Amino acid sequence: MHPAPSVIVFSVLSGAGFGLLFYFGFGFAHPSGLMAFLWWGLGYSLAVIGLLASTFHLGNPKRAWRAFTQWRTSWLSREAWASVAALVLLAPMALSDWLDLGLPRPFGWLGGALALLTVFTTSMIYTQIKAVPRWHHWLTPVMFLSFALAGGAVLAGQSFAAVFLAALVVMLLAIWQVGDGQFARRAQTLGTATGLDRIGDVTVFEQAHTAGNYLLREMIFVVGRKHAQKLRAIALALAAVIPAGLLAISGEVWAFALAAICHLIGALAARWLFFAEAEHVVGLFYGKR
Amino acid sequence: MTSLPVSTEKRLGLAIDLDTCVGCQACVTACKGWNDQGYGVPLSDQNPYGAEPSGVFLNRVHSYAVQPIDGAAQTINFPRSCLHCEDAPCVTVCPTGASYKRSEDGIVLVNEDACIGCGLCAWACPYGAREMDAAAGVMKKCTLCVDRIYNENLPEEDREPACVRGCPTGARHFGDFADPDSKVSRLSAARGGYALMPDLGTKPVNRYLPPRKKDVRQDASILAPLLDIKASGFAGWLDRVLGKI
Repeated sequence: MHPAPSVIVFSVLSGAGFGLLFYFGFGFAHPSGLMAFLWWGLGYSLAVIGLLASTFHLGNPKRAWRAFTQWRTSWLSREAWASVAALVLLAPMALSDWLDLGLPRPFGWLGGALALLTVFTTSMIYTQIKAVPRWHHWLTPVMFLSFALAGGAVLAGQSFAAVFLAALVVMLLAIWQVGDGQFARRAQTLGTATGLDRIGDVTVFEQAHTAGNYLLREMIFVVGRKHAQKLRAIALALAAVIPAGLLAISGEVWAFALAAICHLIGALAARWLFFAEAEHVVGLFYGKR
Repeated sequence: MTSLPVSTEKRLGLAIDLDTCVGCQACVTACKGWNDQGYGVPLSDQNPYGAEPSGVFLNRVHSYAVQPIDGAAQTINFPRSCLHCEDAPCVTVCPTGASYKRSEDGIVLVNEDACIGCGLCAWACPYGAREMDAAAGVMKKCTLCVDRIYNENLPEEDREPACVRGCPTGARHFGDFADPDSKVSRLSAARGGYALMPDLGTKPVNRYLPPRKKDVRQDASILAPLLDIKASGFAGWLDRVLGKI
């Protein structure tokens, strides 16, 4: 699948942002005054910037409001609702922390839960697609939620962040291991896709068209897969191992700041791989994957 | 809107005969020609006369070489377009309701005025039936020529999809698969018509008719008996003498 920068930036930033808002909502961190304004502001900014970035890959962004209409069937529509609901419902809590209004903590619980639900709905947009076997697995929501919880914990300055980052190492290794075998487990080949396996061994004789098209650009992205192993090592180190080490050494603010920057860069690399390595079954018709 | 109808009155679709298709691309051209000025925005091309042309097509014809276990290899031309699935994943993923399946005839369509061009429906389709129009930023797909098949301004023989009408070998057939006595239903039953990737649970309406069994190639020439000529008379005597030297 084509790794569109807007979607990668959106899902990483908003994931971390909603992760942070989740911790605020449940009161893991309760800043006050100017600190609250800046910190809550960081959570809101990441979430909102991410959501805005996601509209950049649309063909007709001016109609984006219509994405709220189909929540009954569409995970993308549910994501739109969950994200707006989370941001709206957390606003009183954010104001209370900033202006010291003393709102009881449970006011943030629903918003906090919706923040995490938003990340889940994002993950289901990919998980639901049977035509992309690597994504169509329960580990996909686990991965998105792991990144949100780990990234959010670092941004929220939680002492247990290092533990979550260590768990992220296990999760990443697991999803790569499982993901590599997913296409083969679906057992779809050029023969089964065309149904011509009932006659014999199928190969591409001549491509349907000589020029490129939307399908080849969007779904049959093969560039960059050759460096996948190196990128995996980089993603693992930057997103999890190095920030976990940093937080193990020090609990100071600078350690958290450095760990957060490091983690987000690693998360971007991991998300790039999530798209670039995903193979769509339509590639089979072209003898490609 | 993006909820799928529980059932549709008709199940309109195509039966594509892989035996008679010669891969001439007439259906591709007919489709592009009609849909460029029919339903919705035109099927745009980008840089059509340049070094790297690209454009939207709703129908693409692949060519495959198939090698049976015994016998000669075959070339099979394989048109690929929307299968108008009963359980169309492209419809349910749509966040805006632009993508929908008609309850009256089962045609899967895009309401281009509501399409935001997110591309999720194209991802959800296992068959590559949808292509984004780079000029208008909306998703394009086969309409089963909804603007032809019910069009009373057209002569009756033209009220079928452009790809079917344009096919010079009669390899494409249009009809109602919900009616067991329709031409396409009977054809599919007689020829063992099959759906593509049924295990993905999309329940396609279109059927592909597999190539008929080919003749077995005869290894011995039919001229062999004529070649085994026994010379007689003087030629026979010469043949025997020369054979002994």
